Amino acid sequence: MHLTIDEVRHVAELARLRLSEAELTLYAGQLSAILEYAERLQQVDTSHVPPTPYVLPLSNVMAPDTPTPSLDNAVALRNAPDQADGFFRVRAIFEE
Amino acid sequence: MRQALYELTIHEALAGMRAGDFTAVELTQALIERITQVDSQVKAYLTLTVELALAQAEAADARRAAGDDAPLLGVPLAIKDVLCTEGVRTTCGSRILENFVPPYTATAVQRLADAGMVMLGKTNTDEFAMGSSTENSAYFTTRNPWDLTRVPGGSSGGSSAAVAAQEALAALGTDTGGSVRLPASYCGVVGLKPSYGRVSRYGLVAYGSSLDQIGVLAKDVRDAALILTVMAGHDPQDSTTMPTPVPDYGQALTGDVRGLRIGLPQEYFIAGVQPEVATAVHAAIDTLAALGAEVVPISLPNTDKALPVYYLVATAEASANLARFDGVRYGYSAGADSIQENYRMSRGQGFGAEVKRRIMLGAYALSAGYYDAYYLKAQQVRTLIKQDFERAFEQVDVIACPVAPTTAFRIGEKADDPLAMYLSDVFTITLNLAGMCGISVPCGFDHAGLPIGLQIMGPHLGEAVVLRTAHAYEQATAWHKRWPQPPIVEA
Repeated sequence: MHLTIDEVRHVAELARLRLSEAELTLYAGQLSAILEYAERLQQVDTSHVPPTPYVLPLSNVMAPDTPTPSLDNAVALRNAPDQADGFFRVRAIFEE
Repeated sequence: MRQALYELTIHEALAGMRAGDFTAVELTQALIERITQVDSQVKAYLTLTVELALAQAEAADARRAAGDDAPLLGVPLAIKDVLCTEGVRTTCGSRILENFVPPYTATAVQRLADAGMVMLGKTNTDEFAMGSSTENSAYFTTRNPWDLTRVPGGSSGGSSAAVAAQEALAALGTDTGGSVRLPASYCGVVGLKPSYGRVSRYGLVAYGSSLDQIGVLAKDVRDAALILTVMAGHDPQDSTTMPTPVPDYGQALTGDVRGLRIGLPQEYFIAGVQPEVATAVHAAIDTLAALGAEVVPISLPNTDKALPVYYLVATAEASANLARFDGVRYGYSAGADSIQENYRMSRGQGFGAEVKRRIMLGAYALSAGYYDAYYLKAQQVRTLIKQDFERAFEQVDVIACPVAPTTAFRIGEKADDPLAMYLSDVFTITLNLAGMCGISVPCGFDHAGLPIGLQIMGPHLGEAVVLRTAHAYEQATAWHKRWPQPPIVEA
């Protein structure tokens, strides 16, 4: 298992991470080593084993449908890098 | 010689305040003075909340004067900086949250506050709790109070070092793959990881959502039991909390382990374990046997697959959880010209190397074409690991083994080799994958004077029997009465 620089660049784009060329090279090596170590899982026969995404016996947990107060608008915006008129402000998403 | 107030356990401190020997303000001032003397060397705290602590201590004294005797009234504690605290900066050890001030408080922290806690500050952590040494903190590395050239363990290393250096009577940590038990072992304190679903995760900044659990670093088992009793239980804000009633865990500490069946898993006593660690853990098991417990050899055959399973499951969950850091709603924003570029720049600049590495690994394991081979496969092997434990707990009441293969390593020793660092967690991650509970309790020292931890594991919601076993062992030994002497720096 060896990841190429281009594969690492693709994963970085999926994860929305801007990485330097040096980081891409470093991660290609390190992720390859970790994935190689993980190869030992392929030897385990799991053809009749269900996955465990979650360990609890709980499912479809219900709560009473009672309205309760949520965060105040000004409080929710307190950590915003940029805001306007009670909203988070971002750069235009659509071109003119 | 009379004990200094900062040296007290929670139970001793409560007894002193109930008897009127000292006030919560005096106790808090003693802790603040202790922090002033040693924390420039130990570096356990990221943020100190001195004014808040003194105000809470005054309020606690007023409550006590009015006849209140809440379970943690006037007790000074530290909180790992991945738990949200309203009005108090919460960084997760990351630059991306350098200026983040949460608008609400985590349920576990709120329950301690309602019970009268005095919060001294927020402790250092590996960034987003990803690490085994605190070297991944974006701010600084916490030092082990037993040897300042060594790591305190991680990721709750600030909390374990604060308790070991007696800069807090106890502290909250979090444990996704061993992040409470490992630093407890390396610093010679008690570290309790409750079962998944026992403590609400509301307000805990998520890393691996199917694995994360809030735990306790304490000076002894009785203190850990008290804090768990206060913070455990169902929370409407976290649908993964169990509705099972919470017992008074202090009542479980009978000191009696006669007839208790203790499993010894052969897979945890292998080549690669530091011989002094194996010797100390075997001696601890002999002590429990002498107290009347029955030792039963067992096997957890899928143990050697736990590490790759963990690093696929945890990183996959992390890559999804950390998608929320987008530079829009909170946290660092790079101010780039387009929204897509702002995501990439804010995250690329705001996250540190280990966090980016884990996001990348997780995103890869979840990506098209690799999902079945990595993420699904890991979840299937997770089932086998869980079944190993379920079978074992049909035979035995608890399992005893080392917490970690070695004692605390040197700062920098493993910083360039992620896989070597991950191997520190090889004996702790299994419990998180199975969702069960465990504790690290001090069981000796190596030739360099570094602490060794005994791990006692229990079944899901088996905290009472784990605490009972740990307490019986602790009462039969004196390891928990030895404390490091970090250098005192006079202000």
